[in-house]
Amino acid sequence: MVDVSSQATIVGIGQTEFSRNSGRSEQQLAAEAVLAALRDAGLTPADVDGMMTFTIDNNDEVGVMRCLGVQEIKYTMRTPQGGGGSVATLVHAKKAVESGLCDVMVIWRAMNERSQYRFGQPALSVSPYGHSSTFLEWCMPFGAQTPAVWEALSAGPYMERFGVTTEDLGRVAMLMRSNAATNPAAWFHGKPITMEEHQASRWIVAPYLRLLDCCQETDGGVAIVITRLDRARDLKQMPVRLLGAEYAFLFNHETITDYYEGDLARLPNSERVTERLARSAGLRPAEAGPAMIYDNFTPQVLRQIEGFGYCKPGEAKDYVRDGHMNLDGRTPLSPNGGLIGEGYVHGLNNITEAVRQVRGIAANQVKGAETAFCASGVAGAILGR
Amino acid sequence: MASDGTAMRLDPIVTIDAAFFWKAADEGRFVAQACGSCGALRHPPRAGCPDCLSFEKGEQPLSGRGRVISWVLPVHPPAVGFAEPPVVVIVEVEEGLRFISNVEGVAPEAMRVGMPVEVCFAPTRGGHKVPVFRPAEGR
Repeated sequence: MVDVSSQATIVGIGQTEFSRNSGRSEQQLAAEAVLAALRDAGLTPADVDGMMTFTIDNNDEVGVMRCLGVQEIKYTMRTPQGGGGSVATLVHAKKAVESGLCDVMVIWRAMNERSQYRFGQPALSVSPYGHSSTFLEWCMPFGAQTPAVWEALSAGPYMERFGVTTEDLGRVAMLMRSNAATNPAAWFHGKPITMEEHQASRWIVAPYLRLLDCCQETDGGVAIVITRLDRARDLKQMPVRLLGAEYAFLFNHETITDYYEGDLARLPNSERVTERLARSAGLRPAEAGPAMIYDNFTPQVLRQIEGFGYCKPGEAKDYVRDGHMNLDGRTPLSPNGGLIGEGYVHGLNNITEAVRQVRGIAANQVKGAETAFCASGVAGAILGR
Repeated sequence: MASDGTAMRLDPIVTIDAAFFWKAADEGRFVAQACGSCGALRHPPRAGCPDCLSFEKGEQPLSGRGRVISWVLPVHPPAVGFAEPPVVVIVEVEEGLRFISNVEGVAPEAMRVGMPVEVCFAPTRGGHKVPVFRPAEGR
């Protein structure tokens, strides 16, 4: 018998198509994704008693409940820090179902971030308080107004310290696009890129980020259903257990505008999460199967490869170049193509890919994948059979 | 500045705990928040002191000298408030604090990490001033 602290199980996943103009509301995308995830599990809206998402989602429980006829929820929650909070939802969902706060939790992400607004463009209407994601009061008058600029300022010291080149970033982008090319659900299905195309793509933020180093702006919805293992055994899909889910946030750090504390070439939050996972899940990210690492921008992938302990500081460019993160490598990176290749549903579509990999049904299935790792900088989770 | 000399730069977003910083900048002073009890310097400003847990707040003038620890050039989409892409930097000042700002008066090709800089002030569209930097002289 599995003890109570390892009962949380992902039993359903759902998503809409990933597009640049969904033609319907964000509420509809959320409801469609949640319904698809419930049907995948063999559950109905009447079974749902917990709901959550993470900040910067315009939908709330009221709307999703009204759409789907969910009658009563016992628990709801928002994790902070935007996409950094994507994997942190699993920390809360795990504890919520294991403690009995709720029995069936749905997590959603649904955004028209291309057709309804432009997620990558200057955000002049966002609160200066930033909701612990970005503190715009220190950024806006100086022209640091987009996620790409915030990320580039943070990536610079890392790249300069370790001699990371634009070609090193190009190898990450090529890998994501290569994986997406054979994933029919990916926006960039059938569209791999060459190094020449990467190097020819225009600067978004010189001298670090080219267009092809940036993830997409995607319209779409994704949802995940979590319950306990005893109940999961009676449902439709192979149970995918949450072996461990951890979050760490250290003093004086920020999420993307993380410039104020310590050595900017390191990700101490990710390092802390790795230590905690080793204790709670019993294995480290590098010992798990496919690595679903939050790829808003290519340098963030290299930095997290180091932060989550796949290699030593400064070695990630070589780890990627040597093929260790290829589909047939030691720790394959985002076989769905990630946020760069599949779609940017703010990280949640990387978690659904981890579930598909453990179930063994992914478009780019990694042979023998019995576990998978999901990371979003400040949070990490290991999924397994 | 736009070609006609009119400042385009966005005005500061003023919050309660950081109002002193922007007021000082308007007066041509570059300051940091200092704890009113133990004197510790900090940036960004905040409501209380993480070292001694006092909520007494003061300010202290900074030397205005520092070095660039990161620089970038936002090319696309264009930064709001600038006719040409600004050089956006993180400056670490002599006192050890870090600030997001700009370096003005230098071509992007000449930018490098470690560049010594000194503070100056740039006008905003609403008539305020914000601290920016220029290459330090005589270094």
